[in-house]
Amino acid sequence: MSTALIGAVESGLLYALMALGVFITYRILDFPDLTVDGSFTTGAAIATVLTISGIHPLLSLLCAFVGGGLAGLCTGLLHTKGKINGLLSGIIMMIALYSINLRIMGKPNLTLRNEANLFDLMPPLWFGLILVIIVKIALDLFFKTNLGLSLRATGDNKKMITSFGANTHLTTILGVSLSNALVAASGALIAFSTNQANNNMGVGMIVIGLASVIIGEAIFGRKTIVRTTLAVVFGIIIYRLIYAIALRIPGVDSMDMKLITAVIIILALIIPTINSSINSKKTSRKRAEEVVSGLLSKEVK
Amino acid sequence: MLKVENVSKLFNPNTIDEKVALLNANLHLKQGDFVTIIGSNGAGKSTLMNIISGGIKQDLGKVIINGEDVTRYNEHERSKWIGRVFQDPMAGTAPRMTIEENLAIAYKRGLSRGLSFGVTSKTKVIFKEELSKLGIGLENRMSAQVGLLSGGERQALSLLMATFTKPKILLLDEHTAALDPSRADLVTELTEKIVRELNLTTLMVTHNMEQAIKLGNRLIMMDKGQIILQVDAERKPDLTVSKLLGEFEQISGKALSDDRVVLS
Repeated sequence: MSTALIGAVESGLLYALMALGVFITYRILDFPDLTVDGSFTTGAAIATVLTISGIHPLLSLLCAFVGGGLAGLCTGLLHTKGKINGLLSGIIMMIALYSINLRIMGKPNLTLRNEANLFDLMPPLWFGLILVIIVKIALDLFFKTNLGLSLRATGDNKKMITSFGANTHLTTILGVSLSNALVAASGALIAFSTNQANNNMGVGMIVIGLASVIIGEAIFGRKTIVRTTLAVVFGIIIYRLIYAIALRIPGVDSMDMKLITAVIIILALIIPTINSSINSKKTSRKRAEEVVSGLLSKEVK
Repeated sequence: MLKVENVSKLFNPNTIDEKVALLNANLHLKQGDFVTIIGSNGAGKSTLMNIISGGIKQDLGKVIINGEDVTRYNEHERSKWIGRVFQDPMAGTAPRMTIEENLAIAYKRGLSRGLSFGVTSKTKVIFKEELSKLGIGLENRMSAQVGLLSGGERQALSLLMATFTKPKILLLDEHTAALDPSRADLVTELTEKIVRELNLTTLMVTHNMEQAIKLGNRLIMMDKGQIILQVDAERKPDLTVSKLLGEFEQISGKALSDDRVVLS
């Protein structure tokens, strides 16, 4: 059991870059970007192919990051310059990437067995932990810079940031690119840790990303950027833990993976809503009692 | 400072909803002019403002700011020269960011935004000093999220953000209309003070005739996409509400009919 839990934490850390990427588009830019399902595989494909061809795994990881960024760049361009609806531009890129990924890999499956591996350098748990800490801090700092502020304002109030001279096309493209670069890097990490890449490994990734953002925020709140990025990292780890535990329920197996994901995200969405409605009912009832008893006692006098 | 030359704008061309929003509008503001604009609904006031800011592109004519033809510039490129406060108090600030972060964004108006920090100990001092000029205590809440402020506070902050980098032109689009009377008075007072102190070239749309007469050194009246009356700096001090209504009836041949116009 404990190895399973450690495994869940480990894969949580490797998926955390993807969750942070989804957080950038979904929360910061307020742009529901579905490119993720494609760019995750793109990252895995690039890293695997390059590693097999003899390039150092670290460099391959970097190339995966850049490749994902290019995919995001295309989505951003479609949305801003092509004026295509955000959801639709993500879907278009996702479907385009399906073929592009096949072209990169040459066939639907590639194995990294008997090849160099990123995790020869350091165990995945430590590598993941260090990388996630670095990326989280870098993102926190970036969102405090003038450029980062204009990116946040783009998602918060487009009209306002335009009136102060920021080009929202540029900030959107930058944000979507950065997001998909992180997603692709995460895909590469997963390829290294599972020793393989296949053309379907990104399917449903956006839902997992959203689930972690929502779970994390529901538990740890989202008052500041620093807190929210931490919440997202914990969110994906918690998701992986729930998932690992769910798989241990008798009768449940890996076929049910997507269904489990759907159930987890439904719960993460519904529970906070129920909680807040119970709370607001409680407070309004309490206050009503105070007000009514106050008015009644006045009447008596 | 600001020239609007023969500007026309058609909405929904070639449809049954075709509407002439602006017809050959001409306007010339000198440095330091404070012009108030009044007119009934659909007179073209907001269209004129949007064409100056670049939010809407005119069909014909030119916009010139500070001697430079900006007709082809986008809204974000023009905002180097133009500060704006919108009618909606929510429109001018970013709600999920703090007061100091909002100010940091405004502070970089028209400049490139790089990887230096927006809020530093140095800029904080400047922000605090500017906020204290508003006199509503915001200088003590600089790390509060703007979404937590009241409408009046947000509009005062918007006004500060629009002006404290001294833009060449200030556009105020009914910026007190959505506030309750006491808050509206506060924002009006602040507007007067800031425009006077910074000597800003200002264009203000209002539905309040009294306000239009009281504020500024010039007044224009619009109807059906045309500027039908210009009151210059010499005649402005003698203007009253009844005189203005009389002028309107005389020019347009009808009474000023708009339930949103506040007469007193």
